[in-house]
Amino acid sequence: MRGSAQRSAVFSAAPFFAVLFLAGLGLATGTAASAPADPSAIGRDNARHLLNRSGFDAHPARIEAIAQLTRQQAVDRLLAEGGTAAKTPAPAWTAEFISPNRVRELSGAERNQFQREQIERALDLKNWWVTEMLSTASPLTEHMTLFWHNHFTSSLQKVRSGTLMYRQNVLLRRHALGNFAQLLNEVSRDPAMLVYLDSATNRRGQPNENFAREVMELFTLGEGSYTEQDIREAARAFTGWSIDRETGEFLRRPPAHDGGTKTVLGQSGAFKGEDVIAILLARPQTAEFIVTKLWKEFVGPEPEPREIRRIAALFRESGYEIGAALRGVLTSDAFYSTENRGALVKSPVDLVIGTMRQFNVSYSDPLPITLVLRSLGQDLFAPPNVKGWPGGDAWINSTTLLARRQFLERLFRVDENRMQGQMSNANLKGGEGRARLARAALDIRFSGGEWLRQFESSEGARAASSGVEQVLLALPAVLDKSDGLQGVDRIRRITADPAYQLK
Amino acid sequence: MERRQFLSGFFSLGAAGVAAGVVATTLPGLSFAVQAQGYRRLLILIELKGGNDALNTVVPYADPAYYALRPRIAVKSDEVIRLDERMGLHPALQPLTALWQAKELAIVQGVGYAQPNLSHFRSIEIWDTASKSDEILGDGWLGRVFAATPVPAAFAADGVVIGSSDLGPLAGPGTRALALNETEQFLRQAKLAVAGGRRGNAALNHILKVQDNIQQAAAHLNPNIVFRTEFPKNPFGTAVRTAAQLAANPSGIGVIRLSLNGFDTHQNQAPVHQRLLGDLAEGILALKSALVEIDRWESTLVMTYSEFGRRPRENNSNGTDHGTAAAHFATGGRVKGGFYGQPPRLDRLESGNLAYEVDFRSLYATALERWWGVSSAGPLKGKFATMGFV
Repeated sequence: MRGSAQRSAVFSAAPFFAVLFLAGLGLATGTAASAPADPSAIGRDNARHLLNRSGFDAHPARIEAIAQLTRQQAVDRLLAEGGTAAKTPAPAWTAEFISPNRVRELSGAERNQFQREQIERALDLKNWWVTEMLSTASPLTEHMTLFWHNHFTSSLQKVRSGTLMYRQNVLLRRHALGNFAQLLNEVSRDPAMLVYLDSATNRRGQPNENFAREVMELFTLGEGSYTEQDIREAARAFTGWSIDRETGEFLRRPPAHDGGTKTVLGQSGAFKGEDVIAILLARPQTAEFIVTKLWKEFVGPEPEPREIRRIAALFRESGYEIGAALRGVLTSDAFYSTENRGALVKSPVDLVIGTMRQFNVSYSDPLPITLVLRSLGQDLFAPPNVKGWPGGDAWINSTTLLARRQFLERLFRVDENRMQGQMSNANLKGGEGRARLARAALDIRFSGGEWLRQFESSEGARAASSGVEQVLLALPAVLDKSDGLQGVDRIRRITADPAYQLK
Repeated sequence: MERRQFLSGFFSLGAAGVAAGVVATTLPGLSFAVQAQGYRRLLILIELKGGNDALNTVVPYADPAYYALRPRIAVKSDEVIRLDERMGLHPALQPLTALWQAKELAIVQGVGYAQPNLSHFRSIEIWDTASKSDEILGDGWLGRVFAATPVPAAFAADGVVIGSSDLGPLAGPGTRALALNETEQFLRQAKLAVAGGRRGNAALNHILKVQDNIQQAAAHLNPNIVFRTEFPKNPFGTAVRTAAQLAANPSGIGVIRLSLNGFDTHQNQAPVHQRLLGDLAEGILALKSALVEIDRWESTLVMTYSEFGRRPRENNSNGTDHGTAAAHFATGGRVKGGFYGQPPRLDRLESGNLAYEVDFRSLYATALERWWGVSSAGPLKGKFATMGFV
């Protein structure tokens, strides 16, 4: 019944967008001729929007394929393409956990060597994820893995084990499009999380409240839906959840568990940690909190309360299937509405990974990309604090806007086509690292002519010309039209446009 | 450019740079000083991110309750730098004793607010927006001040945040705020900012506003200042160097906000806190030295803030959990050193936490009324007592 309502909404909305789209581009015909036959199909502009928002980029061929589908079919397609494991081989060292006991026994010199190795491993790990994002066939999977990384934050800076952070990333990807209840339960016992939020030292008699607070404030209910007393009581329920120092695996330490009665959100019992999680999952605020966050990630900066409640109800009824929430969000009228076009600032990952993918930029070593992400404020595996990256407009300040411009400027520099400069500023220690970076920067190449050829078609030069902007920009360009410019100059103008920072 | 030459240029600006709108004050006795100074007086805020453990910063070493609450992590009585018969400083704050002896270091104790919120994010939001505990305000408190009493348009910027991306107290739709790390790098890159353009949705307008701010600032900043001061070789030291360069720019900046990260010491607090307080104290001392060089120490007020203090009782991880009221520092050439507020009452904890004695908005009101001479009641949404440290 919902399906038919949806279809009729699409039916009436589609011609409107088609007109708007053509008017905005100053096109008389051309695209209209190849518009999809099925009237409930979303069409090219909506397809571009969906691909850019759900993943990182929108290749013209992908746009064509998705354009033929209805809203529902398009999202089903994206979800069906989703994966549960990275294709990029993990660094070999992730198979091994180094016990802190072993580190403690190291001599001074050994410890220095160990620490240097940890820094290299941190880069390995970031490079691994960057490679997966650059090459994945399901950008939605990586986008959602990143979403959960930003929701269930942990940071290398505190966890100090690349292996545990890797395992957490694997866990987040496994459930990225899966079930939120299961994800929450597993994250609560995830060793990196146990370290990050101090659960590992939360013991009977002297509980550490860090995890109990964040599980309510940031993972489920949101601020204001619980009391300080609830946190104190919940912390007692999580006592005894710890880590095996030899294997780095989750371990219950029964003597450290407080078996007494706790009262959390009005319910009393001799609760264990999983009981508190069940209580949190039973609250309607949890689904609304997650859907609101998904809305701000995918739809726009202003959640619509009625829509949030509607989608949250679908999410709960599904038993917290993430696909159900995403379907709700990505088929909503608000998602496709004009006012939400270009209403979100691209994250550094959107901008950098998206640009690399969109322009088929080739590279030999992802290191420069990893470092650019860091300089733009999105250091993977190291969010700034437990609340994660604030996102939205906060991505853009004078420092990061200039660094974004510099990245694009260098990427599309006609005379060089290479990524020097910004990369060599990165403070890598030691000559070896710098040499690697310099080599890697030289290997980043973009073939402008080849890329532009895909827009040349029987529709004529003018249609092709508008096609470029149409694929690259979510809003009309702010700067002067790039029509008169040729080749890479046009690409530089379009990517220099403030509108290119939006999605 | 020669430094001397640069400095004379700076002074010759004199009264021309005085904030046009800065005349009103609710304290009649101060109005003269206010008109002469206004936003020419610099405010530097230092945020101690994560919630600084004030009890191990300004230590109640004579209170047995302090040692009873912290058997493992208390600062030992014989290591405390004693300031009076009750209170002293953490030994890592040794560099600050020079300021204390010069009577330029004010320590305001018991700063907090009613119905404290123990969430990092909510509590810093309360501090940044100067709201009540249960009141959500969108703009930063300085954003509201600058909206009510604009900074002169000729200034390079209303405010600059260094080494952090969130604008905190400077957030506001009209604020000309800048985030940067190093002046030289900023100016190199500023050439890439493109000008103007039509306005659009909120996100696009935000980007266009940031571009405008970049261009305005880039047109005014001069990084060619050579300091004799040696700045500490750590991120906070670099931030202090940038702050000193900004303070030296002749076109003026209303406020500079520095951040020092890592105070959320739930676990194994002692070595971390030691390092952080050392970085803070060395940074403040270098800041003074650099500002004295350019003759701006007398016209600068430095204040620390943090979302909360930490729990008086240590936790089981040799750390401390989120707390409430805390001591904060104010320093500068015109600051009247000494203790303000009330020492911590460890015998009167509320749910295990300290009761506050000084509303944090009193610090803001002091900076607004007594330092800048602008009205505080409007922007702070209420009248808060000012304090005598400036």
